[in-house]
Amino acid sequence: MNKLVTPKITDAKKRFQSGVLQYKQMGYWAPDYEPKDSDILAVFRITPQDGVDPEEAAAAVAGESSTATWTVVWTDRLTDYSHYQAKAYRLDPVPGTPGQYFAYIAYDLDLFEEGSIANLTASIIGNVFGFKPLKALRLEDMRLPISYLKTFQGPPTGIVVERERLNCYGRPLLGATMKPKLGLSGRNYGRVVYEALMGGLDFTKDDENINSQPFMHWRDRYLYCMEGVNKAIARTGEMKGHYLNVTAATMEDMYERAEFAKELGSVIIMIDLVIGYTAIQSISKWARRNDMILHLHRAGHSTYTRQKNHGVSFRVIAKWMRMAGVDHIHAGTVVGKLEGDPNVIRGIYDTCRETDVPQNFQHGIFFDQPWASLKKMMPVASGGIHAGQMHQLITYLGEDVVLQFGGGTIGHPMGIQAGATANRVALEAIIKARNEGKDIWREGPQLLANAAKTCTPLRAALDTWKDVTFDYASTDSVDFVPTPVPAV
Amino acid sequence: MRLTQGQFSYLPDLTDAEIKQQGAYALEQGWSLAVEFTDDPHPRNTYWEMWGTPMFDLKDPAGLLFEVNECRKVHPDKYIKVLAFDSKKGFESIRMFFLVNRPAEEPGFDLVRSEGSGRAIHYTLRSYAAEHPAGERYRQRP
Repeated sequence: MNKLVTPKITDAKKRFQSGVLQYKQMGYWAPDYEPKDSDILAVFRITPQDGVDPEEAAAAVAGESSTATWTVVWTDRLTDYSHYQAKAYRLDPVPGTPGQYFAYIAYDLDLFEEGSIANLTASIIGNVFGFKPLKALRLEDMRLPISYLKTFQGPPTGIVVERERLNCYGRPLLGATMKPKLGLSGRNYGRVVYEALMGGLDFTKDDENINSQPFMHWRDRYLYCMEGVNKAIARTGEMKGHYLNVTAATMEDMYERAEFAKELGSVIIMIDLVIGYTAIQSISKWARRNDMILHLHRAGHSTYTRQKNHGVSFRVIAKWMRMAGVDHIHAGTVVGKLEGDPNVIRGIYDTCRETDVPQNFQHGIFFDQPWASLKKMMPVASGGIHAGQMHQLITYLGEDVVLQFGGGTIGHPMGIQAGATANRVALEAIIKARNEGKDIWREGPQLLANAAKTCTPLRAALDTWKDVTFDYASTDSVDFVPTPVPAV
Repeated sequence: MRLTQGQFSYLPDLTDAEIKQQGAYALEQGWSLAVEFTDDPHPRNTYWEMWGTPMFDLKDPAGLLFEVNECRKVHPDKYIKVLAFDSKKGFESIRMFFLVNRPAEEPGFDLVRSEGSGRAIHYTLRSYAAEHPAGERYRQRP
């Protein structure tokens, strides 16, 4: 690729002479193109190699993620090739970041198989991410047209039906991941489940790497967990569940585990993102058929979502998961131990929970995204959070969320039940105060202290973790200046 | 036992003034309030008895408190809850649920285990409060 830039070649004979042309000459740069409502749109952050013309780099991304190869092929002339070519239609410098550009690319719907995340991603994040003329490439956001969304099942249950099944309304759900994450026997593990649910949690959770190891095989875990779940239901009169992780080596193993979870009466199962898009879509269809809530742990995502210049942003992963169909998705805490800029997290939560998500550059949302009645995903906030942050969590995350306090439940000085109760009391006190019109952001610490007057476990939790914060700069923030030109 | 269903069961029971405040919040959101009661709080007992239909045209949360107190007069020994219904697209479901009355004695639930093959256990939950025949449970008190 050289620096000399020439426009699109319109003469067919010249266009299809054997040899190498620039992507722009082949028609992948189309600044006059008006995207159709049915087009799939993507915005990439591109970092061209030194000396590479950014428009040519954008055209190359469009080409390599659709029809192009490195040289001219005459067989293009057997097709209506301009229809199948992706079109880079807009290029903006990234504010404050020299050498990086936002490239907008439109793909015709005919490029994709209906209802297949695997097919969609094989194009959009396929070969193109290793393309040499780019130093780095990041998929920032996508616009999925309604016509394409309607070919996907979406979440098997959704927020509204999940709440109806659990008989739980008007407050975040509470959960905890069982700790230590590795090493407990089935019998000991079920004890932790029972204690946490008995203390007031709605859910307990297997960790992402709990499958069927020598210290605890899966059947044993399922049996003891369901004993804990049912005993806690009987003692409190509330619906409860444990996310039984069905992640396994093969789909056959996963179905076997899911069937056993169903036989035991579990309301929810769990999978890890690392099983892959096709496995997620398969188990999602099983979950819809069997009235099972499907929890997704996003194990592995930080390998490609965290760095701003290369990879795939998590808001795109969240969109794909809403299409593939999961009910719960870990989506950040803002205040906890894991990566999470408040604006980025807001954009991801909106993507999970709203029926229409308008363009909002400040939140990293580049396009209007109507969701075509695909059900809503419940975001899960997990990792380094505790009862003393309850007012911050509810302010940032709202009430349709699962707040998961693992260490913040099991590490409580008075025991697991006390830890769970502290979280539940803190949660109810803050929701009640919010509904009464109090300013929970300012008055939060005082509201919690007041609630602790009638709840010793909450007092102990506030004292134990009073100074714990994870105040580090986010690596994935939004590059945005407040005077954007609207896209599309 | 203390039944912990609802938004605020881990807090001290709400006062009448607090019930009104929660009702006011629901009305501000554009939701409709309703009162329901039961003697059988089994977590799968979805349909409690309705104390009238939801109050779609209610403007003043004092109206909620009035209905709660009327229901309490007739059913002092039953569970009574307040619900808020949201008719907006995307929800069309319940948005709030909290208890406003409990029986003096809360007998709780019996967990019945039936052992199957391969160590599998099937669990059944029975309300002690629902053990009496329905004719006795629903007889009008003098």
